[in-house]
Amino acid sequence: MSRSFLGMPAFPRAAAVSTRDPRLRANLAHATHTIRDKRARAVAELDDWAQLRAAGAAVKDRTLRHLDHYLEQLEESVAAAGGHVHWAADADEANRIVTRLVRETGEREVVKVKSMATQEIGLNEALAEAGIRAYETDLAELIVQLGDDLPSHILVPAIHRNRGEIRDIFRREMGKWGRPAPEGLSDSPTELAEAARLHLREKFLTAKVGISGANFMVAETGTLVVVESEGNGRMCLTLPETLISVVGIEKTVPTWQDLEVFLQLLPRSSTAERMNPYTTTWTGTTDGDGPRAFHLVLLDNGRTDTLADAVGRQALRCIRCSACLNVCPVYERAGGHAYGSPYPGPIGAILTPQLRGMAGPLEESLPYASSLCGACYEVCPVAIDIPEVLVHLRERVVEGGPVTRRGARVVLKPAKGHAAERAAMRAAAWAFDHPGVLRGGMRLAARTRRLHPRRLPGPGRAWSDTRALPTVPAESFRDWWRRTRGDAGGSERGGVK
Amino acid sequence: MSGRDVVLARVRRALADVPRGEGPHDPPVPRDYRRVHGSRTVEETVELLAENLADYRAVVHRCAPAGLPALIARLLAARGARTVVVPAGLDPRWLSAAEVAARPDRATDTARDLAAVDSVLTGCALAVAETGTLVLDAGPDQGRRRITLVPDHHICVVRVPDQVVGSVPEALPRLAPERPLTWISGPSATSDIELDRVEGVHGPRTLEVVLMAADGEG
Ligand code: SF4
Repeated sequence: MSRSFLGMPAFPRAAAVSTRDPRLRANLAHATHTIRDKRARAVAELDDWAQLRAAGAAVKDRTLRHLDHYLEQLEESVAAAGGHVHWAADADEANRIVTRLVRETGEREVVKVKSMATQEIGLNEALAEAGIRAYETDLAELIVQLGDDLPSHILVPAIHRNRGEIRDIFRREMGKWGRPAPEGLSDSPTELAEAARLHLREKFLTAKVGISGANFMVAETGTLVVVESEGNGRMCLTLPETLISVVGIEKTVPTWQDLEVFLQLLPRSSTAERMNPYTTTWTGTTDGDGPRAFHLVLLDNGRTDTLADAVGRQALRCIRCSACLNVCPVYERAGGHAYGSPYPGPIGAILTPQLRGMAGPLEESLPYASSLCGACYEVCPVAIDIPEVLVHLRERVVEGGPVTRRGARVVLKPAKGHAAERAAMRAAAWAFDHPGVLRGGMRLAARTRRLHPRRLPGPGRAWSDTRALPTVPAESFRDWWRRTRGDAGGSERGGVK
Repeated sequence: MSGRDVVLARVRRALADVPRGEGPHDPPVPRDYRRVHGSRTVEETVELLAENLADYRAVVHRCAPAGLPALIARLLAARGARTVVVPAGLDPRWLSAAEVAARPDRATDTARDLAAVDSVLTGCALAVAETGTLVLDAGPDQGRRRITLVPDHHICVVRVPDQVVGSVPEALPRLAPERPLTWISGPSATSDIELDRVEGVHGPRTLEVVLMAADGEG
């Protein structure tokens, strides 16, 4: 019914394919540049951005360092408000729980709000096997689902499709899923959005079960928060009788007050808006308003393994804003699919290998899908030091050492001379072969951030040994970008706000 | 072992490096960010709200309490609305001049029933000036969440300056987490097709905001 990311080839092979697709590259370049410029303006409006960023990082760190405490508190608050809490150690368990909950309602169809956690566990496929049809309702997810395709960007999952392709997909596929596309549908975004509105309205008005993720869960109050633009989230969270939310355990924040930090950081960093059009918060169930039954499925699926690594655990602070994708020279060239998971770009390069216990050629090559230019760290609203984690993971791949897999400690063998090293080599070679990427890599030597990797382990070391690392004056990534790339793209377009 | 025990045991093992004496509130969170950005008079805060609402494509109107019924009548007539859904606790005077069928929000109404209604008229819990946001908390003059979602035209009345706060940090303490909240910043929008912004996907495609000054003002 739909494709999944499982069994994707290692990064360099997948990247090489996308790099040859000129349309994909043009779409990606246009999109990332447009969002990047707007984001810079939205962030510049707040003169305390640095303080908000530090607070956001600290709140997440506090939560992660005492996650057992906050999860138990969350469970208690949600239950006290009338919700049911379920725990899933892995994807299979989560899928079993959700399938059972849907079956208990007697329904065969569910409407879904965009959720990366449910993509990660392959929920739609699991439901399909059980004879349950899941309808994606986010416009981009709808495009991806109807096109039997995979998402390629956190925020704009259909970024790799242009309007003509979208029109063709709608004309061809909508009728198979429900209300067909209107006669004579053109490729204007307004008409395409209207077609999606009509198609999905049928689903919303009849849906009995909604499935969502959440951006935040507040431990002290049991409140869940969904931040969105289109209103499909409100539809799925409000109209069905049963709501099932599948949420990674790291989405917890301790207090209601903590939302004042994240509701400022997320919209500006993500869609470059002062505030996104719609945010819904709910605490358990409310009599007569919204779903009568609320189930929260707390998902581990590799998060505790990531938590076990004192350097790597900062990846769990991520609030999925996608800012790091839009500044990444490697992402811009490789495209989202090359990262082989719902988490593309720099965050995917550190999160996916950790969630999957560094097992497999894709996972071992991902830490090399970067030139370590540091732009991702500079824009990250929760200050995740992505280059630090990349270097740390490269060390694991090359030198071996302990990692946690499904809760158990295992010791990785050093990669010397085996397939992992070759995959890593190719990833590094790919990143360094691309001129724009290489320039980013050269900035490594001049970085003034607190982390200076002592050396680039593995293939990177070979690379740094044969070239004198240039000492260039410190400059911000943005300055560097402007100087080397010009102010190309986007700023004249006033559209996305 | 249950899924719960497995996950919690893994979390505890994963955190073996956290010092025993460190409590859940120990690692300090620096809260030296601003409560509000810039200093403004009450009037300037209301002005900023109006600006930011308009910037996100809400249509902004102003009136004094005495002028509200006429204004609402005019907005509904301009829209060609014949039916308008109203929450149970809405001040009936607001609709007193309008020639429409007012339809009280009823628990028995299905989503499909609401889809046949032209407009919805509500108050709000508060509005945030810096972000141009209205917050609804399902209070008596706002009703169930679905009534401001399914109809295509929403008129929301904000009492200024009482219901206006400057910023997000000023908003949260005034809101009750146990109530279902809807934060609305302009009509719904998507940029999913080549990043071209399209207004109005699933929520009301037209959002009109009436800033109603307290008696003696405006
Ligand atoms: S790592 Fe940081 S910048 Fe990247 S998506 Fe997550 S929060 Fe955003």
